[in-house]
Amino acid sequence: MNIVVCVKQVPATQKVEVDPVTGVLKRDGIETKMNPYDLYAMETALQIQKKTGAKIHVITMGPPAAKAVLQEAFALGADEGWLLTDRKFAGADVLATSYAIASGIRQIEHVDLILCGKQTTDGDTAQVGPEMAEVLGIPHISWVTELIDVDEKALVVKQDLTEVEAVARIPYPCLITVEKGIFQPNLPSYKRAKAAEKNPIHTLSAAQCRTLDPARIGLSGSPTQVERIFTPTHDVKTLRLEGAEAESAARLVEILKEDKMWEEENA
Amino acid sequence: MSGLVIDPKKCTRCGLCIQQCPFNAMAMVEGQVQINAACKMCRMCLRNCPSQAISEQTDAPQPQIDKSQWHDILVYVEHSDGRIHPVTLELIGKAQALAQVIGQQVNCLMIGDQIEAAADALLDYGVANVYLYEDPRLKYFRADNYTEVFEDCIQRSHPTVVLVGATVSGRSLAPRTAARFRTGLTADCTVLEMRENTDLVQIRPAFGGNIMAQILNTNHRPQFATVRYKVMDAAQKQARIGQVVSCSIDSAKLDSKIEWLKIEKKEQEVSISDAEILVAVGRGVKDEKTLALIETLAQRLHAQMACSRPFVESGRYDVKKQIGLSGRTVKPKLILTFGISGAIQFAAGMKGAEKIIAVNTDPQAPIFDLAHVAVVGDAGLIAENMLKEMEGEAVCSAN
Repeated sequence: MNIVVCVKQVPATQKVEVDPVTGVLKRDGIETKMNPYDLYAMETALQIQKKTGAKIHVITMGPPAAKAVLQEAFALGADEGWLLTDRKFAGADVLATSYAIASGIRQIEHVDLILCGKQTTDGDTAQVGPEMAEVLGIPHISWVTELIDVDEKALVVKQDLTEVEAVARIPYPCLITVEKGIFQPNLPSYKRAKAAEKNPIHTLSAAQCRTLDPARIGLSGSPTQVERIFTPTHDVKTLRLEGAEAESAARLVEILKEDKMWEEENA
Repeated sequence: MSGLVIDPKKCTRCGLCIQQCPFNAMAMVEGQVQINAACKMCRMCLRNCPSQAISEQTDAPQPQIDKSQWHDILVYVEHSDGRIHPVTLELIGKAQALAQVIGQQVNCLMIGDQIEAAADALLDYGVANVYLYEDPRLKYFRADNYTEVFEDCIQRSHPTVVLVGATVSGRSLAPRTAARFRTGLTADCTVLEMRENTDLVQIRPAFGGNIMAQILNTNHRPQFATVRYKVMDAAQKQARIGQVVSCSIDSAKLDSKIEWLKIEKKEQEVSISDAEILVAVGRGVKDEKTLALIETLAQRLHAQMACSRPFVESGRYDVKKQIGLSGRTVKPKLILTFGISGAIQFAAGMKGAEKIIAVNTDPQAPIFDLAHVAVVGDAGLIAENMLKEMEGEAVCSAN
């Protein structure tokens, strides 16, 4: 059995500021890490591996430096890495990204299961998983909260559907995205990282993906364009309370009363 | 291939673009500046290059689609056994405002089993057509057969815009359907505007938080967007003009590969999205004593507790309590925040609140820009003193 875990390298910090004068993004260093939600997908793969002996592939798309995120995955227990890197992938929106990664996954033989984190912390869209499943023509279940059973043919998973919880059987090949909390992720192990130094990493350019249509990747393959980026403005009149806490607190309680948000109880 | 190109003759190797690139997509390789696969086409380098060495190269122009072939706005109806999720009415409200700009109408798509009465009720909101697909196999959401139905409805009605609520099922269904039509989808839009040429202006927080991106999908239809619950204003009831259109598709398409083994009603807990008053805590609330004071205050106010991301990451609060881009969107009458700096990631999830009171020790905290009342001070002391004040009031009134 072959499992593919999709991972992404994201900025380690959420601090992105725009210089108000030049409109230029100010970066707070360039530290990166594995998207935290991907850790849950990795752990799910490891749990399935325990029961089935599956091989765990890990795939990412990004600049050559994104190789580091594959090594992070090795330290967690992945067996083999795939790095999609090519300038032709640049400027991809969700559709072009999903198509490119799906094309990369097609290079891996006999894939039964694709696992994704529920979303990334830098894009926050949660769309790439379901779009890849559509490109590959396989069923998917998003937001899986519990892995109930796994065998040679299918997974049994629990999904939270707002008003109901559904337990469903989904046959391979399929894709699931997992919620935070499905398993407690293990910490990366130095020993494993050391042992995994020789794990193979396959680099894939667009041309090396056999089935890939170059018109569907990168900027040309992206139906959406970012027309502009800007810092939001707020025009709220703010009442500032900067005195001693006791005074500010008294004023706050008055405000709550004026707004009918608090009335003394048992009055 | 489309993308940015650097003219090595004009480039002075000053390195400004490498420094400024928000995506770390530029590097000096063998004495030349090169752009790598991390490029997101934000064009920051192009705009700021002092020697104008960077330009945009585009492929031969793509054939333009005929936009007049696509008309009206389709709203996907989120419901559970016919109980319509309120995000649907918010989408209808927004869709009507958008449709008015281009003189078109709003239609709905409703998928389920034995839900005709609920479909009919949507006509009270001025919807033109409710396309209704009913089958026992459609009773609960499954991404594969629902996508077949969605595809059929789009083929039938040719909408220029499709709006879907960013719920658990909506965020699974919309991407799958958009990918089938090989068109664009913008997730979690906070602002939507219509241009006269039917291009939808989609605005969402982007790149992890502190900036907004304005996104267009000018040469593909339909234009898909998802919107969170409590972001738009709900439609008002109006004269009925529409009809329910019962639709059917090839029965084989309704067979799903996914098999339900068990469906359980969930314990309904009051979601923070439905709370009237919220008290939210963040990174600045460091110790348990402060947290206990704030939780007591919330109890006195009959408020629900909520939090920003650090509280979920540290495991102190459940993810269901998280406000923000990766949590829930809330629109309470009042929100009181303690120790939350107010990164856009968080602000995007709560800026619809009618009144925002923020407590933070940092006088420059970004949350003060959107707060109606900005309190510079220690969270624990403020909570403690508020509780004292409230006790005092109670005692006075008892006398």
